[in-house]
Amino acid sequence: MARTPTTTVKIGWTIAAWFIAFLIVFPILWTIITSFKPEAEAIASPMMWPHWTLDNYFEVQSRSDYFRHFLNSVIISVGSTFLALLIAIPAAWSMAFAPTPKTKDILMWMLSTKMMPAVGVLVPMYLIFKTLGLLDNVWGLTVVLMLINLPIVIWMLYTYFKEIPIDILEAARMDGALLWKELVYVLVPMAVPGIASTLLLNIILAWNEAFWTLNLTAAKAAPLTAFIASYSSPEGLFWAKLSAASTLAIAPILLLGWFSQKQLVRGLTFGAVK
Amino acid sequence: MATQQTRGLARTMLAPSVFVLLVWMVVPLVLTLWFSFQNYKLLSAAPVRFNGLTNYYYFLTDPVFLGALINTLVLVLSVLAITVIGGILLALLIDQPMFGQGIVRILVISPFFIMPTVSGLVWKNMLLDPVNGIFSHIWRFFGATPVAWLQTYPLFSVIVIVAWQWLPFATLILLTALQSLSEDQKEAAEMDGANAIRRFAYITLPHISRAITVVILIQTIFLLSVFAEILVATQGGPGFASTNLAFLVYKIALGDFDVGGAAAGGVIAVILANIVAFFLMRFIGKNLDA
Repeated sequence: MARTPTTTVKIGWTIAAWFIAFLIVFPILWTIITSFKPEAEAIASPMMWPHWTLDNYFEVQSRSDYFRHFLNSVIISVGSTFLALLIAIPAAWSMAFAPTPKTKDILMWMLSTKMMPAVGVLVPMYLIFKTLGLLDNVWGLTVVLMLINLPIVIWMLYTYFKEIPIDILEAARMDGALLWKELVYVLVPMAVPGIASTLLLNIILAWNEAFWTLNLTAAKAAPLTAFIASYSSPEGLFWAKLSAASTLAIAPILLLGWFSQKQLVRGLTFGAVK
Repeated sequence: MATQQTRGLARTMLAPSVFVLLVWMVVPLVLTLWFSFQNYKLLSAAPVRFNGLTNYYYFLTDPVFLGALINTLVLVLSVLAITVIGGILLALLIDQPMFGQGIVRILVISPFFIMPTVSGLVWKNMLLDPVNGIFSHIWRFFGATPVAWLQTYPLFSVIVIVAWQWLPFATLILLTALQSLSEDQKEAAEMDGANAIRRFAYITLPHISRAITVVILIQTIFLLSVFAEILVATQGGPGFASTNLAFLVYKIALGDFDVGGAAAGGVIAVILANIVAFFLMRFIGKNLDA
């Protein structure tokens, strides 16, 4: 028999939890509020009621061509994700449905490439990019982000594909379905939810990646991570503009993140916690 | 039964992934190793030549390296302690009966989705700034002198920023584990007269221990290479007070253009990460039924 808590107890927990949640989310909330203040009020006492304005958003765009950087972020995160899926789906499919004695070793080895600290290969990557003329180039960066997230993508897809009942494939095979038909009509519809979750998580990770995006770009190809970093050496008043730029940069990913929080657990723990 | 044709196709489908990851892993790493034994400075006219272990010798005997190593360990261990203990408490709290549980959960995990450069700058300016930051206003409100956090306690400030970003991750994973614990078990223990602390120690904690291990291992991998927060918030300073290994290698590489020295530092970072990775891989491998 399940206990039903008294309303008083429930209200007590509600107040405690909402209070802690407010403290944790406060920096984000404060950033959003500041983005709607005039620059002079952004640094004034937090108790003052501001004169709400949208100026910061327009200024960020007109002064620094904000949407070019936004577009760079979109190209890099979405591009690297689709590239990774293109390579990873066949690999995960073959390991999940036609496993060999070596499959486990291959999976573990792929995961181990994710353990390599980026800084360990910063020097050669920088020099390779310089030699190939790829510094400050969105496509070069897209490929790098595809590579660093590929192990997670393969692993996530693998754990999802493993859950598809193999009997269904056997049945399709018995009925004489060709391999490509097996793929298109049987596997794909069942795999779509897993692929969609993988896609979402990977876009989030790529959007927020802040080592390669900072080190391999300059003015032209800088995505939002690098563009925002340019606010660390400011001239004059800038908090409201920083807040406006930040709010636009985090809003889409916050929404995607809330939407995919369940898949996040599974993806980031490589299937160890579901 | 997999046919010959299927097996061949399976290999073909696996090949591109294996190939790109192999190239990605081997080529830069071999180059890093190669550079680490070279006297190679981008701004120096001296011819590049083999110089044995000199880079390693300079890197390892430089007091800055020891400081960066200690900073790295302090950063990783502090953030782990804060996020694991805080994450357990927070997960227990969110797991209680309440109104609007879904919204609380969403609010609590939000910091995890904020890009590191935004977190670093928002904390640096709007929260920790000694003149206009929120904390300075609170300090003044209570009649205290505001603290210049990033100048006086640089490493501590970085720890707070990074812990704020990773607390949601720990909480989310631990909450997921908590919610898979059956109510029956807890109730049975309660009927047997176990109090809340004993129920936590003997039922809840063992149940989530696996998730705790996962959180520690995965966070360690990411925390060993904290970079952007330090870059925007403190630039590793004052002096080298908040420089970790990742930031030090970056400074030597793209600040001093000392390719050889940075490569030696990179090799050391790889070795450190591999020690952790070894345990993580064994743990994940044990849970994998391929």
